Amino acid sequence: MTDLNDVQPDQAATSPLDDTVRAEMAEIIARYPEPRSALLPMLHLVQSHQGYVTPEGIELCAEVLGITEAEVAAVATFYTMYKRRPVGEYHVGVCTNTLCAVMGGDAIWDDLSEYLGVGHDETTEDGKISLERVECNAACDYAPVMVVNWEFMDNQTPESARELVDRLRAGEEVASTRGPRVCTWKQAERVLAGFPDGRATEGVAAGPASVVGLELAHENGWTAPEGGQRELGGSTK
Amino acid sequence: MTVTLTPVLTARWDQADSFTLRNYEKADGYKALRRALQRKPEDIVEMVKDSGLRGRGGAGFPTGMKWSFIPKDSAKPTYLVVNADESEPGTCKDIPLMMADPHVLVEGVIITSYAIGAKHAFIYVRGEVLHVFRRVMNAVAEAYESGYLGQDILGSGFDLDVVVHAGAGAYICGEETALLDSLEGRRGQPRLKPPFPAVAGLYASPTVINNVETIASVPSIVSGGAEWFRSMGNEKSPGYGIFSLSGHVTKPGQYEAPLGITLRELLDLAGGIRNGHELKFWTPGGSSTPMLTAEHMDVPLDFEGMAGAGSMLGTRALQIFDDTTCVVRATARWIEFYKHESCGKCTPCREGFWWMVQILERLEKGEGTEADLDKLLDMSDNIAGRSFCALADGGVAPVVSSIQYFRDEYIAHFEHGGCPFDPAASTLFAQELGAKA
Ligand SMILES: Cc1cc2nc3c(=O)[nH]c(=O)nc-3n(C[C@H](O)[C@H](O)[C@H](O)COP(=O)(O)O)c2cc1C
Ligand code: SF4
Ligand code: FES
Repeated sequence: MTDLNDVQPDQAATSPLDDTVRAEMAEIIARYPEPRSALLPMLHLVQSHQGYVTPEGIELCAEVLGITEAEVAAVATFYTMYKRRPVGEYHVGVCTNTLCAVMGGDAIWDDLSEYLGVGHDETTEDGKISLERVECNAACDYAPVMVVNWEFMDNQTPESARELVDRLRAGEEVASTRGPRVCTWKQAERVLAGFPDGRATEGVAAGPASVVGLELAHENGWTAPEGGQRELGGSTK
Repeated sequence: MTVTLTPVLTARWDQADSFTLRNYEKADGYKALRRALQRKPEDIVEMVKDSGLRGRGGAGFPTGMKWSFIPKDSAKPTYLVVNADESEPGTCKDIPLMMADPHVLVEGVIITSYAIGAKHAFIYVRGEVLHVFRRVMNAVAEAYESGYLGQDILGSGFDLDVVVHAGAGAYICGEETALLDSLEGRRGQPRLKPPFPAVAGLYASPTVINNVETIASVPSIVSGGAEWFRSMGNEKSPGYGIFSLSGHVTKPGQYEAPLGITLRELLDLAGGIRNGHELKFWTPGGSSTPMLTAEHMDVPLDFEGMAGAGSMLGTRALQIFDDTTCVVRATARWIEFYKHESCGKCTPCREGFWWMVQILERLEKGEGTEADLDKLLDMSDNIAGRSFCALADGGVAPVVSSIQYFRDEYIAHFEHGGCPFDPAASTLFAQELGAKA
């Protein structure tokens, strides 16, 4: 394992917070009735350029919004998605909240942490993988759940988790179990700042567990009573 | 069998590319909006009131009534904020809804904004669900392109802008006033109520905050009518809702049914508890709702039924645990969550959960005493009701209810000198791990 402060130079590489970034920040601010509402997306934007919330990023947010650096730092430290040290190319989360933990999340965590040689909130020496224990990610019907750069990896096992990180480290293209291709952590942060990456239509509409009830309804001819919108539930089928 | 499922919100999820505007329109999407725009805003509020729709985010507050609290003569703008923070452990309905059918949410947002007189709406999506965020952003962009958003919507003279906003990882931001602070670019810490958001919410202006599923239910109510909605469920808990089954069931997943269905009925539909095991405990609506046991399988899953059983309907997040699960371990993990997520504003919550974790860890290792159980109950009394927001009340729920139903199991831990359960046996891959059970 390694301290995140001495990760490889290419991973720690940050792009400067130049005029383009200022322009992007202005674009974010323009979405809101009051400028300060832009702070959360602006911090996501900082991470997308610099890999974490850098002192420089805090300074710029403060300057652009006309608030103090202390105010920005207070916000940045409140939220778990904002990182104070560089994150690897792939942020890998293992859900260890109760339901996933019981269903196998704890076993996955123990195995993966040992396999990668890193603990919670640590990054592998090659700068590829940052590992984190995450809270319930609203996918409990797919337990045990993992996330890579905040894309769902449903129904995992210790073996599938190892295979997943092997593929990520080998630079292979990896897709979420619900379809979309996994992008880098910085690219994901850019989307969360509100800049689309054109991948919205990738992947399925719903994973298998999301439609078990619907399939059962189809098999049995069950519908909501007459009177509703036709296709949006109601009298047809 | 009289029980049937009633897919309304989930009805399109199995269709290819159900999330595109084209496919939504093909399925009569945005027709409810056209209808709504021909009526007076007050009529829409009345209709939702008549439908009896109650908030789907946990507390079950009547939606139409909430809307009617917005002052008519405010000099300040009115805002609609959609709570898409879905982070209550076990809750997993809004996320698949926004992924498969983001347009039904957007249509609901437009109708609701029209009804309450908002020209600006926000959808606050938790940050940890990248693809869901993409889908919602895309739906909003498509709606702008087709004239469902922006200026003079469908020639009605009504203007609306919608911002999709990503959170950054904090359960407390699901609490409505913390969400508002977060949306204002601050730490997400709850506000004192009153004033309620309807009077002084976002930017101290009148604000309605509703859950994703609540808002997504609005188009079908407008199309189907209040009576149609009421033809499902029962008098005090009308309508349909998504029930999310997770854990040790044969077919975990989303089941949309009239409120008032029972766990027994849902388990029948879901193929029962996994083979060779039986139900031990379950949460009706996330970890903040007191756990129940097999003796509660026939209690109606509606607001009154669950309250009568000493729990809450919550978010209908049915986390199901079989006889291989250690209730002490489950509880300890949940309390670690509340400790981690306490916003730190008040002492009983911030310190209380910290101490509880220490005690529960001791108990799990078999190093506790019976006095620790009384201490936990005593602390629960001092945390719940003496803290600022409902996180504290929800957080003590697993402690109090697990001691209520499984005191003997806590005691077995210190009699046994450790946890009597094999954690491998509770996993989905028990065989591979060579579980003892
Ligand atoms: C700690 C805490 C977390 C909450 N999280 C959510 C959430 O993620 N989504 C949600 O809709 N409501 C959540 N709520 C409930 C909201 O405060 C609020 O009651 C709800 O959004 C109102 O919408 P509704 O009337 O449509 O249910 C939470 C409440 C508390 C106390
Ligand atoms: S009860 Fe807990 S989460 Fe709620 S305001 Fe107090 S410290 Fe924050
Ligand atoms: S407990 Fe893991 S996704 Fe909900």
